Amino acid sequence: MITRTPVIDARDLSKTFGSFIAVNHVSFSVFPGEVFGFLGPNGAGKTTTMKMIQCVSPKSGGSLEVFGSEAGIYQRSIKQRLGVVPQETNLDTEFTCFENLLVYSRYFNIPRREAIRRIEELLRFVQLDEKRDVLIDRLSGGMKRRLVLARALINNPDLLVLDEPTIGLDPQARHLIWEKLKVLQAQGNTIVLTTHYLEEAERLCNRLVIMDNGKILVEGSPAALVSEHVGSDIVEAEHSPEVIACVEDMGIHYEVFGDMVQIFTDNPREVAKKLFDTCNPGRVFARRGSLEDVFLKLTGRVLRD
Amino acid sequence: MARGAYFPNITRSAWKVWRRNWDVFFKTYQVNFLPPFIEPVLYLLAIGFGLGMFVGEIDGVPYVEFIAPALIAISIMNSAFFECTYSSFVRMYYQKTFDAMIATPLALDEVIAGELLWGATRSFIYSSVMLAVLIAFGVVDLPLSLFILPFSFLAGLLFAGIAMCFTALTPGIDALNYPTFLFITPMFLFSGTFFPLDVLPGALQIIARGFLPLTQVVTVTRSLTLSEYSPYLLYSIVWIAGITVLFFFLSIHLMKRRLIV
Repeated sequence: MITRTPVIDARDLSKTFGSFIAVNHVSFSVFPGEVFGFLGPNGAGKTTTMKMIQCVSPKSGGSLEVFGSEAGIYQRSIKQRLGVVPQETNLDTEFTCFENLLVYSRYFNIPRREAIRRIEELLRFVQLDEKRDVLIDRLSGGMKRRLVLARALINNPDLLVLDEPTIGLDPQARHLIWEKLKVLQAQGNTIVLTTHYLEEAERLCNRLVIMDNGKILVEGSPAALVSEHVGSDIVEAEHSPEVIACVEDMGIHYEVFGDMVQIFTDNPREVAKKLFDTCNPGRVFARRGSLEDVFLKLTGRVLRD
Repeated sequence: MARGAYFPNITRSAWKVWRRNWDVFFKTYQVNFLPPFIEPVLYLLAIGFGLGMFVGEIDGVPYVEFIAPALIAISIMNSAFFECTYSSFVRMYYQKTFDAMIATPLALDEVIAGELLWGATRSFIYSSVMLAVLIAFGVVDLPLSLFILPFSFLAGLLFAGIAMCFTALTPGIDALNYPTFLFITPMFLFSGTFFPLDVLPGALQIIARGFLPLTQVVTVTRSLTLSEYSPYLLYSIVWIAGITVLFFFLSIHLMKRRLIV
């Protein structure tokens, strides 16, 4: 294994609000060129972790280094190299797309001429060049998110932090954002993102962690996590006493979710055949295991919020 | 962190926050410039000339000239106060403008400092417009009244700092009505604005002279527009300077306590 200098290095990082522990001794490293995901139900501590990385929220314990500098001390120099897409779209509604990026470029001390060149380039990149002089109120939700992404890129960041980049978007708008993130990834950018959308994590992330109650439950690549925790495939059958008796007989691992029985296996054909041969399973589905199965298995099906 | 809490982290970058608000202001100048024009004209006509008919003179000064400097002082107070309460609260809480800014190299201290400087600038802009109207009506002395221009920025910064403390402490935008009605409205009436403080009972005079910022501001603007030296002038200037510095830093401290969690 080659040792690389991590872009983010967290050791025993904690964050408490009074007696509430939002982030509980988490350790992780993000390396250059990686897309690293934080997954977890509401209140898992994802956004709190993002805010500590962005140097806007002080940690309560442990250590957190970004670009090799302690996040709590070198805020200004770290933030100069960071691009942030916040969960809430906080564009200046009084300004046009172009003006939003221009005002933002000043905060990074980018000279005006250079800023204008970059803005035109970024507006083309997020396909908003035709909306250059349109006020924010006139943009769709997807356009606003793309503009926030462009804004986050204004300083050519060495690390891009995305908190729920596609929240509330329709599938078309979401796919367009994914496409842009894929381009950024291919260019070698380091990206950290949080998401609720497991498909998003599966498509984009090289590595990810699943968090719950402030702790990291597992870490790995999406494929490795799926094969480790659910196997390659899942066979689903209707939940009936016969089916349960059957799978118990077969001695394979299963779980009951509502009116379905799920069997995690690397051998879906054989399991399905056995089910049909030996019991009366009604409907049977076989499908690939997904990150969503890992997520639900680890964090449970109890509703959060 | 404790150290950072008492020594604000402010560089010239605060002016970029100021510049953002300046840009927004001039994008919507049509709605922004009318009120400071209309308001003094209405007050001058209704109170200065209308009510003034019955009042006649105060200390040998025609009533309309007595209230003219008070109108400027009130405008300085209102423009900075409302900018740094309701408008700043909207930017902080609803538009998340502060969050967007602190995701850049800007520190929160600079964001708040920029907001305060902008509040003071609004006082400057509005009182300048108003001064022009009052000059046109011939109710203020020249050239001494022109000193109101730089003074309005300092006095504006005073009210901006006080306002920002309320913004840092308020639970929501509706609760900002309390300082408006319990602090701004009484000041509007009892700061030597429409009648001399001497006619108030002794205790109220002491409160007005000792604790009401608008009293100090009226004392200064009136000395300038009437070319009249009053023994309170120096006291008022020192009072304003000291309290401005105090609230400038206090408001930044309270805002950090609210927003950096």
